[in-house]
Amino acid sequence: MAASSSSSSFSKPPCAACKFLRRRCLSGCIFAPYFPPEEPTKFVNVHKIFGASNVSKLLNEIPAHQREDAVNSLTYEAEARLKDPVYGCVGAITILQRQVFTLQRELDATNADIMRFASGTGAPRGSGSGYDDPNSTDYWTGKGQDGGI
Amino acid sequence: MASSSSYNPPCAACKFLRRKCIPGCVFSPYFPPEEPQKFANVHKIFGASNVAKLLNELLPHQRDDAVNSLAYEAEARVRDPVYGCIGAITFLQRQVDRLQKELDAANADLIRFACNDVPLQAAQPRPPQEAAGVRNVGFGGGGGGRLYQTGGVQISYDVPWNDIYNSHGGGMDGNN
Repeated sequence: MAASSSSSSFSKPPCAACKFLRRRCLSGCIFAPYFPPEEPTKFVNVHKIFGASNVSKLLNEIPAHQREDAVNSLTYEAEARLKDPVYGCVGAITILQRQVFTLQRELDATNADIMRFASGTGAPRGSGSGYDDPNSTDYWTGKGQDGGI
Repeated sequence: MASSSSYNPPCAACKFLRRKCIPGCVFSPYFPPEEPQKFANVHKIFGASNVAKLLNELLPHQRDDAVNSLAYEAEARVRDPVYGCIGAITFLQRQVDRLQKELDAANADLIRFACNDVPLQAAQPRPPQEAAGVRNVGFGGGGGGRLYQTGGVQISYDVPWNDIYNSHGGGMDGNN
């Protein structure tokens, strides 16, 4: 009996994309390297947000060695958009930008305090430093409060 | 016979899709005809029907922000097809990590100074690293980060593309 008659000995399972799209997964399928059959949700999410044909076009425009990163970033964006349909991953950018702003301001203030100690004045923050952003947290005592260590 | 005094030009979406822009078009409040590139990008990345489905699943007061964020993501992806706006997230996360470490170190120094553990002549603050994430600085592409307004917070960061679609102005606002 010819080996070729054995069932599916040499056939690969369809990738998650072709399985979802109910089509034959040909060798050279653009999706197959990045959407393995054991991760069906990955393709479902990406398809829901971007659409299979848009993803396919995008991947075809990218050099092969960059496609995995592209799929990973598309997956991340798709999941973020599904979790937050209004802002998607732009919400994360906003939060991070605020964190950078706050941390930079805190760092500047702390360095200013260090300068004061270095110059011998030693005046702690909270004596009119003017930080009145409700989102900021004074390292020592809280917003604008007098107090010690 | 009066001329069409109440003529509404088709929105950018219907103009792009070459269809009649009917009253109640889901795209027309958010894709005005004077901003054709906004819809072109969104359509290229997400597709018109996906965007329509998404908007229809949202409350009307949420749709403006949703379209702005989609436009932002789409333009980011057009300019950086590999990473899109994830590149910005990665960059900002690194900024946060770096600043947090610097702040922890500065606070540790401050505690030592306050406790007089360090002689005054050695009390030098750590030089603040320039936070490229906060200030507009040039980058390899030759321009500065643009601003994107969302929820009243402006986003300005070093990004690998020259300008990002500013949904509130559409004009250049960086060093580019």
